[in-house]
Amino acid sequence: MSARIIAIASNTFREAVRDRVLYNLIAFALLLSGAAVLVGEISIDIEKLVVINLGLTAVSLFGIVIAIFIGIQLVSKEIEKRTLYTVLSRPVRRWEFIVGKFFGLTGTLVVNTFFMAIGVFAALLYVEHKLVGPDAMILTALYFIILQFMLICSLALLFSSFSSPLLSAVFTFALFVIGSFADDLRNFAALTHGLTRWIAMGLAYLVPNFSAFNIIGAVAHGQPVAVSLVAHNSAYALLYSAAVLAGAVLVFEHRNLK
Amino acid sequence: MPAIEILGLEKTYHVGFWRKRPKCALKPLRLQVEEGEVFGFLGPNGAGKTTTLKLLMGLVFPTSGSARILGHAWDDPAIKAQIGFLPEQPYFYDYLTAHELLTYYGRLSGMGSEEIAQHLDATLELVGLRDVKGLQLRKFSKGMLQRCGIAQAILHHPKVIFLDEPMSGLDPVGRREVRDLIVRLKQQGKTIFFSTHILADAEALCDRVAVVHQGELRGVATVAELTAKVQGKIEIVWQGTSVPASIRVLSGEYHITGDTARATIAENQQDPAIDALRREHLRLISITPVRASLEDYFVERLQRAETSAGGKA
Repeated sequence: MSARIIAIASNTFREAVRDRVLYNLIAFALLLSGAAVLVGEISIDIEKLVVINLGLTAVSLFGIVIAIFIGIQLVSKEIEKRTLYTVLSRPVRRWEFIVGKFFGLTGTLVVNTFFMAIGVFAALLYVEHKLVGPDAMILTALYFIILQFMLICSLALLFSSFSSPLLSAVFTFALFVIGSFADDLRNFAALTHGLTRWIAMGLAYLVPNFSAFNIIGAVAHGQPVAVSLVAHNSAYALLYSAAVLAGAVLVFEHRNLK
Repeated sequence: MPAIEILGLEKTYHVGFWRKRPKCALKPLRLQVEEGEVFGFLGPNGAGKTTTLKLLMGLVFPTSGSARILGHAWDDPAIKAQIGFLPEQPYFYDYLTAHELLTYYGRLSGMGSEEIAQHLDATLELVGLRDVKGLQLRKFSKGMLQRCGIAQAILHHPKVIFLDEPMSGLDPVGRREVRDLIVRLKQQGKTIFFSTHILADAEALCDRVAVVHQGELRGVATVAELTAKVQGKIEIVWQGTSVPASIRVLSGEYHITGDTARATIAENQQDPAIDALRREHLRLISITPVRASLEDYFVERLQRAETSAGGKA
């Protein structure tokens, strides 16, 4: 990776780390993990299920909020504040800027997830007094959550490269919601015929399939996760993010910075 | 080899809801700046100065035309390592310290860690920010930010430096500091291309200036050449407290101090004014040419442009 991409990614990470709003969100997520302990206490025999479910949902939800909140501003803020002018007047290619921003935000979310995961494991340890082998599946769920963040970061970057922060947030969130029901959309397509079937099927495959990444329920119930699903989700997230980033680069390469 | 060659750069934006209405921001511009020159790019707000700089920096794409910097195509990323740029009213990442900011820009310019360490303190020293290098930029004054902006533009020792309104919004002390910096950079052999609407700065610093108005180049020359084209004025001083009627008509301004009177009149009215003094038996003390300023030239060019535009309409 070029030194310029690393410099842009590090700066994006540093900006996020020094942003106080981020700390508020992390604190709130940890608080929610703590609340899971309380809810677990009053849920007889299903304490573990509640702690894992609530804890991982908190990690996922707040990570998504952070990804959208920061992601939509990544390009627009640099244009609005004109910091991009001094960056692009250097030997920096526009695609390097987009890729650097993507890695910076994804890196930030990985670090956040790490700290929030500590909160989840601490809550689990408090309730169960010990961690057992199958609890390692929580790591797989966390990995899938990070893959979701990658997808959201790339989508937020794409929208941020041509529209306002507000519209970018709306578009990204809408795609996240639709993508969370991608399986239902496919099932619906299977029930229809003719042109409707083609359109529904096309849409189902076009929107990011977030539902495939949600294994929180399965992990909470102690069900194993197939290796093939891990491989499939990894490849899907990587390819989909790369395609969306390519779109963002394509838009940004031709944009006049008025 | 010229440091900067602008070969017909032109920019037209399409505005309106359907983006069908063309709006010309810059008419084809041809300009050449020699190496080691301090070149002023003058014009009122909205004249096309910032558009020109954005085109040269690759921030906006030209409708037509091209440019060469140090003999290379202006959009060649490699040439950008030889360029420094300070945008108008710069804003930097305010969560960074001056030290962190310059390290970041150094990395983007392709400098290694050692090279950055070598140049960083000297650059901050040059712009007078060495003592505050650990302070976050959000605590900087406007003048300090401007100097920080210049520091990021010169850290990597570029050969050509572009400054967009470098003195804008600064107090007199800040302006003086930036002026001194530009002089020092010129002494180091840098080519400096700066846009401004503060004519006194251009007059004090520039080897040559270009005047641009309504997206069109109106003139390029040395300050002396430009001001020589302006219809000069003279100050005429005589002994006495009376002002001949014809001089009152010729002069827009006259003053009487003690037993001497003075009036400023157009250069070509010198003979009728002397005749008037002679007729009234007033003793002539002196006739001094009043140096035409760049501002006189500027105002005259703009008035001429407006007159011709009015004539066409």
